[in-house]
Amino acid sequence: MSETAMTRREWLLTDRPQSRLQARLGRAYVTWRRFAANRLAVIGMLIILGLIVLAIFAPLLAPYSPYVGDLAKSRLLPPDAAHWLGTDDQGRDILSRLIYGSRLTLQVVVLVAIIAAPLGLLVGTVAGYAGGWVDAVLMRITDIFLAFPKLVLALAFVAALGPGIGNAIIAIAITSWPPYARIARAETLTVRNSDYISAVRLMGASPWRIVLRHIMPLCISSLIVRVTLDMAGIILTAAGLGFLGLGAQPPLPEWGAMIASGRRFILDQWWVAAMPGFAILVVSLGFNLLGDGLRDALDPRGSSQ
Amino acid sequence: MSPAERRMPARRANRRAFATLKAIAGFVVVVATTYLGLLAVTFFIGRVVPIDPVLAIVGDRAPSHVVERVRQEMGFNLPYYQQFFLYVKGVLQGDFGTSVLTTNPVMTDIRRVFPATMELATVGTVIGAAFGIPLGVLAAVRRGSLADQIVRIVGLVGYSVPIFWLGLLALLVFYARLGWTSGPGRMDVVFEYTFTPITGFFLLDAILNRDWAAFRDIVSHIVLPGSLLGYFSLAYISRMTRSFMLNELSQEYIVAARAKGLSETRIIWGHALRNAAVPLVTVIALSYAGLLEGSVLTETVFAWPGLGLYITNSLQNADMNAVLGGTIVIGSVFIAINLLSDVLYRMLDPRTRTR
Repeated sequence: MSETAMTRREWLLTDRPQSRLQARLGRAYVTWRRFAANRLAVIGMLIILGLIVLAIFAPLLAPYSPYVGDLAKSRLLPPDAAHWLGTDDQGRDILSRLIYGSRLTLQVVVLVAIIAAPLGLLVGTVAGYAGGWVDAVLMRITDIFLAFPKLVLALAFVAALGPGIGNAIIAIAITSWPPYARIARAETLTVRNSDYISAVRLMGASPWRIVLRHIMPLCISSLIVRVTLDMAGIILTAAGLGFLGLGAQPPLPEWGAMIASGRRFILDQWWVAAMPGFAILVVSLGFNLLGDGLRDALDPRGSSQ
Repeated sequence: MSPAERRMPARRANRRAFATLKAIAGFVVVVATTYLGLLAVTFFIGRVVPIDPVLAIVGDRAPSHVVERVRQEMGFNLPYYQQFFLYVKGVLQGDFGTSVLTTNPVMTDIRRVFPATMELATVGTVIGAAFGIPLGVLAAVRRGSLADQIVRIVGLVGYSVPIFWLGLLALLVFYARLGWTSGPGRMDVVFEYTFTPITGFFLLDAILNRDWAAFRDIVSHIVLPGSLLGYFSLAYISRMTRSFMLNELSQEYIVAARAKGLSETRIIWGHALRNAAVPLVTVIALSYAGLLEGSVLTETVFAWPGLGLYITNSLQNADMNAVLGGTIVIGSVFIAINLLSDVLYRMLDPRTRTR
């Protein structure tokens, strides 16, 4: 190791940070070291990074068009050098469709997270900070939603809204916010009586300002862990909706819908249905590994087990 | 107990009775609001979300006077709160409306298909608990070992795999290629006419009828979807068992048991697992509820004539009454199991009883 690297390390790990930036970088560095020590978590992160790269550079990486296949010559071909994962019943290259499909998968998890996490965060922090009847009512609603079967409810929602990937995202988001509200409320209860909140209140901050600026940021890290762990479930639900024909509609290369269309050929051309399922498995495994690692790194209390 | 309390036993008994009553009242409120919430959501889905719920029921090819008549008959011209009141009243009387697809009342249909789903979920839970608990115990006892890692990976894959895809592959390998099991459905057509269902749980019916040929056939049909759901719940049960066991094994009473010279087997299975069993009951109950839901996708793959297949078939035909009826039934079972596991927990764990 060179000397600059050593001093940089010392700079990061110092007990007396000179600036806010240094303190933050130092904390990030410690968290990163804890995370990187977990080999499975790093594998999970690489899988997710790979998914993101695939989604961004899909047009460059995909060898063929995901929508148009050669019906005359390349129908239901087994995996070979030209088509690594084979072709489907319309002569389309399965690998190319999977690569483009990564965009849909990413779109689903990102949008569900963007809708559900802030909703849960808002409900949880407001309930926890306000207390009293506001807390009672909000938490009762949360518990009611928690007691519902998620997939079945999402099915019913999509059935009413009409099939399509946008509606599937809304349905999944509506059914997945309650755990976030519970977590945010628990975190809020631990900080609401602390001195710094009292100090902010004495300075005349409004309740909204306290909740938005001083309580919510503290809930973020446990929320991120939970959202990451939920990503796998979100992907599986979206794929399930796609499989039932309620999610993304053909010819979109959504992985669940691809399994559904390959189902007819499962006995003779197994790869048509098998490959997309394998992609789903790898990505949701990646999110689970990443979530486990993040939980251990960000929340040392729970990592003893 | 304080001296003052000892002097007033009658008052204490009163207070305890009051506390119990309060707990029961709280319980009733929870059940009622949760159920009402479920109905509010299904009402919202069925009546508010569609642009015209009448069209959703009669179809868009119905002539306009039919549409108007149905609207009047079903009270869709009333304000929402009155509609909701009528809706709740109907559901509480077991009236989910009529299925467009089968033309039966939805309740009749559900009564017919529900045992199939329960049978499948039960088999799945039994398999999941039978394998998941020993695996979880093993992982906890040999913490950090290769066995622990393998159990962890098996569990993680179980959490991450799309169950319908695994079902398709299982059908391909074990039914089509190897021929070890039977294919989709609950039993072969051969038995359809000779077999008389009694309870609707075919395994039980075959035993009651002493029809062993049918029993073997039913077993060979249920083994694939059952093991699949079993794997699904194994992933959850083994993970939770491991965590509960680790918690128990670090307690002082384990040290005491070791100091007494008890065998390791006795300590693990007799002492630690018995204490871990209390929260495990909750986990198993919740995984049962999860399987009822997981059956929606599994049944579609295995053409299993249960509630899940009923819901998906109705979905494909835009039969909203049937979809929402099925949703309410699964939701009710969910709520019931949630509460039941809560009650069981309180009964099994004396610590939660002290107030």
